[in-house]
Amino acid sequence: MTRPTVVEEPHVELVEQTGAGSGGPAAPTGGDGGPGDRSQPRAVPRRAYLTGLTLALAAIFMFFMGLTSAFIVRRGLGNDWVRVNLPPVLWLNTAVLLASSVVLERARQYLARAESRRFQSWWRMGTVLGMLFLAGQLVAWRQLVAQGIYLATNPAASFFYVLTAAHGLHLFGGLVAVVVIALRCWDRSRFGQALAVDLAALYWHFLDGLWIFLFLLLKMGQ
Amino acid sequence: MSAHAHPAAHAVEAPRGWIRRYVFSTDHKVIGIQYYLMSLIAVTIGMMLSWWFRAHLAWPHAHLPGFAGEMKPEEYLALVTMHGTLMIFFVLTTAPQGGFGNYFLPIQVGAEDMAFPRINMLSFWVTFAGFLVMVSSFLVQGGPPIAGWTSYPPLSAVGQIAGPGLGTGETLWVISIALFCAGSLMSALNFIATTIELRARGMSMMRMPLTVWGWFVTAVLGLLAFAVLLAAAILMLLDRLAGTSFFIPAGLVFNDTQPPLAHGGGSPLLYQHLFWFFGHPEVYIAILPSMGITSHVLSTFSRKPIFGYRAMAYSLCAIGFISFCVWGHHMFVSGMSPYSALAFSFLTLAIGVPSAIKTFNWLGTLWGGRLQFTTAMLFAIGFVSLFVSGGLSGLFLAQPTVDLPLHDTYFVIAHFHLVMGVAAIFGIFAGTYYWFPKVTGRRMNETLGKLHFWLTFIGAYLIFMPMHWMGIVGALRRYADLSSVPYAQPLQPVHQFITVAALVTGAAQLLFYWNLIWSLRHGEKVDTNPWRATTLEWSVPSPPPHSNFLEPPRVYRGPYEYSVPGMKEDFVPQHLAPEQVARAS
Repeated sequence: MTRPTVVEEPHVELVEQTGAGSGGPAAPTGGDGGPGDRSQPRAVPRRAYLTGLTLALAAIFMFFMGLTSAFIVRRGLGNDWVRVNLPPVLWLNTAVLLASSVVLERARQYLARAESRRFQSWWRMGTVLGMLFLAGQLVAWRQLVAQGIYLATNPAASFFYVLTAAHGLHLFGGLVAVVVIALRCWDRSRFGQALAVDLAALYWHFLDGLWIFLFLLLKMGQ
Repeated sequence: MSAHAHPAAHAVEAPRGWIRRYVFSTDHKVIGIQYYLMSLIAVTIGMMLSWWFRAHLAWPHAHLPGFAGEMKPEEYLALVTMHGTLMIFFVLTTAPQGGFGNYFLPIQVGAEDMAFPRINMLSFWVTFAGFLVMVSSFLVQGGPPIAGWTSYPPLSAVGQIAGPGLGTGETLWVISIALFCAGSLMSALNFIATTIELRARGMSMMRMPLTVWGWFVTAVLGLLAFAVLLAAAILMLLDRLAGTSFFIPAGLVFNDTQPPLAHGGGSPLLYQHLFWFFGHPEVYIAILPSMGITSHVLSTFSRKPIFGYRAMAYSLCAIGFISFCVWGHHMFVSGMSPYSALAFSFLTLAIGVPSAIKTFNWLGTLWGGRLQFTTAMLFAIGFVSLFVSGGLSGLFLAQPTVDLPLHDTYFVIAHFHLVMGVAAIFGIFAGTYYWFPKVTGRRMNETLGKLHFWLTFIGAYLIFMPMHWMGIVGALRRYADLSSVPYAQPLQPVHQFITVAALVTGAAQLLFYWNLIWSLRHGEKVDTNPWRATTLEWSVPSPPPHSNFLEPPRVYRGPYEYSVPGMKEDFVPQHLAPEQVARAS
């Protein structure tokens, strides 16, 4: 008995893009259910965002490894390495950043337990601590400038400014995300609060760890 | 039997308005085309630059159009610098990956779009901004930089006093590269996330087409390597603009009359390490997608599964991994310890192993196949030929003692042009001829295509083969005119031969441009699957609708099920359920 003959692949018609599409971007939304009239909303799984962030962290890591190896090589090169006295405020900043990580993580756990008011107050506290860290970094810069140590003064100073600036800029980006979450003003259809908090917290912790590394590097390089 | 889709049920709203649809679009297909068109412009400029400096090399005393009098050495270097920069960054790193990869990766894995469409759009526009900045260096005072595509310090780092083009021109160059890094990083992130997270049901990693494997490994390389280049670019900018001395050594004097520069203690070698740590993965970024396309095309037109699919996938990964470990082979003459050189040499030779596995597997795919010599197939076979030719000279250069006399000679130029400048370009051509029907619904003209292939294939060999000999004789690269040097005088006729070959081969590319443009309107219309191929892109309309698939596809088998015994057709598409596949009666 022969099998029924089939088929080329199903003939597919080009669907006319009519309908409730707004003029806005057609970027497919998250799996929470997008707007409007599709039977199968595009499912970008939650994991994809975490994967994407992990990949971004890998790139950021490589970027700082490039700078680190430059630092190590340059330090070992000649005898013109003038020690830069790291402003003591850096210790305070480090403590503040660590605290902010702990606080944001605590907030995240409150959210996971659906204690939303505790989440909000702890998240705001973490936001403030993050801002304090960046302010403290600027203070450190000003203290160096007051000693007459600028970007091009000597190699150690160059690396100090470059490393802290690069880290600070990345952290500022993270702070923007943290503030946006604190103010609760992002597009909820894209992803929910839990995912946003997870992403922001992961990024923040990474930068915290990166700061510890850079601080130790600068200290040991003195 | 046809399956009609109800518009209401399946319309994923496409953007409206011309700007949203074709300019600031988040649709990966539009973005892919945008990258491809940008590359097309870049390759045209890059090719034309090469005509000028090739003409100068052949006839050093000629007054070429556009130049007042004889071409000066610094003008020659500007042409060579911009040629290399545009070709490597804006053609070879963009068209195969940003062009084809963006267009076809989501479709081939069964996804509606990339994981992060808006980042995708941003990545193109950032890259394009980098392109505009790069091209703007032609228009500033002093002109484009003259430090080579590698832009070594101290020449590139000290600013205007180092020569024409090294003021504003070089600054623009570095900014352009930094922008390019940012765009590439975003794009790489998207590719990897999409490949890992958005594959359709049944599409395991080992059922992905080798094109996807190529784009995936390339993206991993890009993610890790461009980050380091960005670091180098920022340090270079600071040296140029902020008075730092990361790369500038102390005591530099320019033109005798200049006082020593105030910089101190930096290391040009540091730059070389940072640059080449990026630079070697970069050249594999340039070729891996073309390897994937070659595997794909060879299988389709041999009507055979790719020989050794797993080995091909693993070899791509091995090549990618080892490529991070060999950067020192660009620095054999830098004074490095011979023990380091030994390590780099050994690893460089080791890359030959997975490369050879791939080559033999391509040949194994062809062997015994029912070959269909379409234009795409010719370019894919041409890729194998050129990859072998170019790769073999790499084995010579991988040995430090042999590299000592050959470094910075025409031997190196021959090597990298054969592998990158031609083989990788052939991958782009193969992809274009192969996928043009999917993007447009029409075929490119086969006669023109075959003529284009043969002229380019023969022309490329005529151009670059003699350069091996020239390099052994001692012809140095980046020299505008060696014609007055006694040992190099016999090379002048060779230069002339090469230039003529280059101009003719360049003219032959007009066939391609014409074919591309003409076929858009007048190419023979074809159905959804003119090549009778198996992968998912051939299951959707040409061009695919905004969301690619009307329903998420389901994958039942591997990507290269050709000539399967017992089947009625000589191909079994990935997406057909077993009960839908006709068996031979």
